[in-house]
Amino acid sequence: MATATAVSKPSTATGDGHKRKKNAFSDGQGRLAWMLLAPTLLVIFVMAGIPVVMSIRESFFANDNAPDPTTGLIKQGESFVGIKNFAQIFTSTDVVQGNWGTMNRFWNAFLNTSMITIVCVVIETVLGVAMALIMSKAFRGRGFVRAGILVPWAIPTIVSALMWKLIFDANGVMNKILGQQILWLSDTFSSFWAIVIADSWKTAPFIGLLTLAGLQTIPAEVYEAAKVDGASAIQQFTQITLPMVKPTLVVAVLFRTLDTLRMFDLPYGMIGPGKYRVETLSVFAYQETQATRFGSAAAYSMVLFIYVLLVAYLFVRVLGADVIGEKAPKKKKVKKNDRNDTQAAPVSGIELAGGAH
Amino acid sequence: MSFVRPKRGVLVVAASLSAVLLAAACGGSGGSSSGSGGSGSGSAAAVDLTKQGPTEYWAGKDTSGNLAKLISQFNAQHPQGKVTFHELPDNADQQQQQMIQATTTKNPNMGVISMDVVWTAQFAANGYVVALPKDQFPTDKFLPATVSSATYFNKLYGYPASSDGGLLYYRKDLLQKAGISDPPTTWSQLMQDCDKIKAQAGNASLGCYAGQFQKYEGLTVNFAEAVNGAGAVIVGEDGKPNVNTDQAKQGWSQIVSMYQKGYIPKAAITWQEEQGRQAFQSGQLIFLRNWPYVYALASKDDGSSKIVGKFGVAPLPGLNGPGVSSLGGHNMAIAANAANKGTAADFIKFMTSEQTMKSNVLATSAAPTLTSLYTDSDITKKYPYMPILLKSIETAKPRPKAVDYTDVTLAIEDAGYSTLQGQQQVDQAFSTLQTKLQGLIK
Repeated sequence: MATATAVSKPSTATGDGHKRKKNAFSDGQGRLAWMLLAPTLLVIFVMAGIPVVMSIRESFFANDNAPDPTTGLIKQGESFVGIKNFAQIFTSTDVVQGNWGTMNRFWNAFLNTSMITIVCVVIETVLGVAMALIMSKAFRGRGFVRAGILVPWAIPTIVSALMWKLIFDANGVMNKILGQQILWLSDTFSSFWAIVIADSWKTAPFIGLLTLAGLQTIPAEVYEAAKVDGASAIQQFTQITLPMVKPTLVVAVLFRTLDTLRMFDLPYGMIGPGKYRVETLSVFAYQETQATRFGSAAAYSMVLFIYVLLVAYLFVRVLGADVIGEKAPKKKKVKKNDRNDTQAAPVSGIELAGGAH
Repeated sequence: MSFVRPKRGVLVVAASLSAVLLAAACGGSGGSSSGSGGSGSGSAAAVDLTKQGPTEYWAGKDTSGNLAKLISQFNAQHPQGKVTFHELPDNADQQQQQMIQATTTKNPNMGVISMDVVWTAQFAANGYVVALPKDQFPTDKFLPATVSSATYFNKLYGYPASSDGGLLYYRKDLLQKAGISDPPTTWSQLMQDCDKIKAQAGNASLGCYAGQFQKYEGLTVNFAEAVNGAGAVIVGEDGKPNVNTDQAKQGWSQIVSMYQKGYIPKAAITWQEEQGRQAFQSGQLIFLRNWPYVYALASKDDGSSKIVGKFGVAPLPGLNGPGVSSLGGHNMAIAANAANKGTAADFIKFMTSEQTMKSNVLATSAAPTLTSLYTDSDITKKYPYMPILLKSIETAKPRPKAVDYTDVTLAIEDAGYSTLQGQQQVDQAFSTLQTKLQGLIK
């Protein structure tokens, strides 16, 4: 079979009159694509696929961990418990005091995760867009500012967590600046804000960077025309910049949202485990594995997984996040294999890269 | 050329790739570790401790460099089975996690592990470590408290390698100036001493007392000391939780009221050992509860400490009399899946021999577990606090022994921290704690 296709492909390639390399594999069809993608797919399958399936399985099991009353030993092994691990989310009596009142530890973590995400992403988006606007301006030392804004993004999260831990120390810089003693690192509402501040500092540059890329695709003529028409700076921003940068911005916000929903390093590294005012779902699931309750840890991770999936879906559906650049070609409505038709429509990056050559 | 457009559904999946990776990261350990249970070790049958061959010693960082020396010494004497050091992170949680992982993947190289005293129940009950035969591992030369920390259901699962007890560090110079001859033995004496010292010129801004009141394992240690120091228990001799008593509540209320009245600085609920040590060393604190390691650091005359020669150590204070320390330290245990348990056993015996332990104590300042070393002249000369530490360890109480220790300690921390922060009344917190512990310790 392999030889058959290998023989047949070059003939079709020469058939369309284009000059093509006589490579048995590069037929422009799925075969080469599959071969090139195979290593990546294999890695994803082994590193993500198998563990996800194992997690799903694990979420329906629980350890048999009642010690024998005479020897104190635990019979090793686990048994199928159906949806008990998930039901526990609603039935658990393990209540904690958090920012949002006294409630079940799971829901407390769920609310923390959601609130941190909402607050952080809003702040990061505003700051990020502002940064992008600054970075896109031509001025002296622009390279320096660009590099400077990106520094926080380049620092590993756990390192910045420890750095902010020093800043938020009772005798740290933050309290010196504010001139009062706020116990950020205890377990109060200020701990929540400490997380928000540290996360915004770190990831606003990410949104800034993506937005900057979007800004640079806006042609200067549009602004020139607006100036001629007498549009104010604010009008230019709301009528030109924002709509034109929106596709990029939505993708950036989507990525940040997904990323913030699974936040772990900052609360764990900076404030510490067992602090219910900043405990996110990831931290809670991790704590459950520490207590060797792998079943419920897997169940909570699954809930988070579905939550993240749902948010991603809503983004794509409602806001129309264009994650892999499918929009531009779609508007074109070009028939497949009909490339001779020379339209002056914009061509997306993927099209350019994959175009006939 | 043809270009197959991805469908909407595919897009959604692509968009949530990071979500997939997340679940993988969270679930990975779950899947791998529980599937391979049923090792069945740690059973009543005696384990074979004869097989010789290369093995590994798993322990935290060798900060003094002395361990490397001791291991090469052992290897020179013991050609039939050599030991290599497998260095683990500094963080105790990570050490524990790596040991559990190695057990579930049945790593035959992990021979001897350095087991924190609070892990004994969990490691023994799950069969991560084997019981040590009493005839090969006699315990009469060790401090009884350290032996009890390695015992689970009347069986010895570890051999005491190092111990630890809390000490009260105090500013000798300030006490003398205020005309106080002896360090306090009760909390009320301690507060009175503080009042006297702070009344003197220039001392008004000093903090009175600090321990470890951040929400982590250190809080459990300090909480247990406050409760035990009032003559109460968290878990009774019979293994049943009995924390909701008036005495226990009084013990902890004392600490809470000291915090509310400012005897414990506001910031101290964010301090772990190191922050407290720094506050004490820089001369901002009169009293500090900490471990023996502080002694050497606070005595360093390289400028890092402002109180060289100005401080002393005493046993911990209690509610109505001398206090009770929580017991710390490590025990050496043989991993259940170790291939060469004979070498492992020999290595443990070597490491806990009087000679080796003495060299280790001198190099690292770790508290010895052999009673005889507390009166050894070389050691007491280098560490003058040894007799006081001996007293502290002799009367020390282990933290609650529980298979689900992670949950137990969190329940205790919850009660302690919420009352310190004033989010909960002591009465309410203790009755919740009692209910939680009853569910966890059966």
